[in-house]
Amino acid sequence: MSLSSRSASLRKWFNRRGWIKITIATPYIWLALFFLLPFVIVMAMSFATRTPTAPPFSFGGDYPVMNTDHYARLFSDDLYIRAYLNSIGNATFATLMCLLIGYPMALGLTRVSRSWRNVLLMLVILPFWTSFLLRVYAWMGLMGTNSWFNKLLTGAYNWIVPSDMALRYIPMMNTGFAVVLVTVYSYLPFMILPLYANLEKLDISLNEAAMDLGSKPFQVFRDVTLPLSVPGIIAGSLLVFIPASGELIIPSLVGSSSRPMIGRVISDEFASARDWPMASAVAVALLLLLVVPLMIYTYYDGKAHEKAQKEAT
Amino acid sequence: MNRRPVFLITMLCFGFAFFYIPIISMMVYSFNGSRLATVWGGFSTKWYISLLSNRQVLKAVILSLEIAVLSATVATILGTMAGIAMARFKRFRGRTLFSGLVTAPLVMPEVITGIASLMLFILMAEYIGWPATRGFTTVTLAHITFSMVFVTTIVHSRLVQADEAIEEAAMDLGSRPWQVMKDITLPVISPAILSGWLLAFTISLDDVVITNFTTGPGTTTLPILIWSKVKLGVTPDINALATITVVIVGIGVFTAGWLLNRAEKRRELDIQLAYQANQ
Repeated sequence: MSLSSRSASLRKWFNRRGWIKITIATPYIWLALFFLLPFVIVMAMSFATRTPTAPPFSFGGDYPVMNTDHYARLFSDDLYIRAYLNSIGNATFATLMCLLIGYPMALGLTRVSRSWRNVLLMLVILPFWTSFLLRVYAWMGLMGTNSWFNKLLTGAYNWIVPSDMALRYIPMMNTGFAVVLVTVYSYLPFMILPLYANLEKLDISLNEAAMDLGSKPFQVFRDVTLPLSVPGIIAGSLLVFIPASGELIIPSLVGSSSRPMIGRVISDEFASARDWPMASAVAVALLLLLVVPLMIYTYYDGKAHEKAQKEAT
Repeated sequence: MNRRPVFLITMLCFGFAFFYIPIISMMVYSFNGSRLATVWGGFSTKWYISLLSNRQVLKAVILSLEIAVLSATVATILGTMAGIAMARFKRFRGRTLFSGLVTAPLVMPEVITGIASLMLFILMAEYIGWPATRGFTTVTLAHITFSMVFVTTIVHSRLVQADEAIEEAAMDLGSRPWQVMKDITLPVISPAILSGWLLAFTISLDDVVITNFTTGPGTTTLPILIWSKVKLGVTPDINALATITVVIVGIGVFTAGWLLNRAEKRRELDIQLAYQANQ
């Protein structure tokens, strides 16, 4: 009796508000437990003290409750500063290269016929669906000292320069150049796709009007297309820059160990040095560096939405 | 514009050469008879044979598929719920934090998510005893968490585009809110749910960094196996493995594209026929 009335009231609750509460609470609790809580742990860990116990950290007791040494070390040990500068430098350079290659490609995609466009878009997405690791690996094969690609480049180089500067091969593997090249290769689709989505929506009659009024094609691009595609440029650049600056796989496989990148430093501090507090402090600092571009993005995104809504009304 | 954009077409050709030369080169060298991965030593299929008879690889493939199917399914359920919550429930307590939680994993560097999850799992094992060891469970939990937000993004953008008036009309006609959800909203977003599942599946199948941190001894997914091999350098059997992957993915993507294209053409034809019949 009481059981059936309870199930009836449960059903009533479900019909009225219950399913809304379940829909919100289930993913909320999941993300709070498996995403937010780990970050609270990282924040707290960055103030802990490393100990030779398992797990290797401690708060209070014989150790300080709030240990800020790790943050001080971020500035005093030049390994960290160099790693941050390397990461940001490589990521900036890779983002600019992606923009230089990706922008004309995205614009070109909007200018070809519809059937070609579908095929070409698929060809942009296809490498993205194959394994990231294998795409990095493909370049390892090309850049090696014995590869046909390296021999081709060496041949071209030796043909240009005087014979006393000739090289046996071009050292490409384990250099900063390799990191940037492979980053551009891996993240180029992330630049092309948002740019294409943005450029495709632009009204081609604006270009025609400018042409009719006597503008040259380059002027049309500079004065009409480029300003209107700024949201796409920002979206694509952030999609390349943020993951590229925290990249771990690419510098580990093709990078130079004398030019550390921040992703590797975090991983090494954590796994090899077993210094959880230091790894956490480096991670928190990287997050702070990334929050700034993210805020710029949300700012522009919010402004674009407002503008679109204003135009709609 | 009637003139041909020569510069843009040239850049497209250059870009696609850049995309595909490394992949094609890798595919060609997978038939290399030489033990040295970058020196050509005649045509051979021996790397394919050694790959297909490698139990370790087969085990890793099966494990990766199991984790990917399980995590993509749970991620799709959770991610769809979150997408509906974001698009349809405009006001609830903690909505700002929630919207932060569903976007932050999208841009989080994987290294940070990796060490954060690992510390959580170690502390959980230490203080509540579950999951006792790291392996299948911890990897699946981590994959669900970072792939569900991709589902949320897809479902959310689909729901924002969908016409809310139909749902409101059903409400006015006396449907209960969850009936509206079941009979109208879910069918409308079902293509988004499907593409969300596929995306979550591929993300899980491809992940190296987060898996590397959250896995334990004995749980070796395919990317982890490849990772441990390529760290030592270029090996011919990985070329063969990559070729198989590219061929399978290529066939899948092109079939899907062809089917979508055909469906679109048929719909256009139907619209035309309906229009002509009306006149």
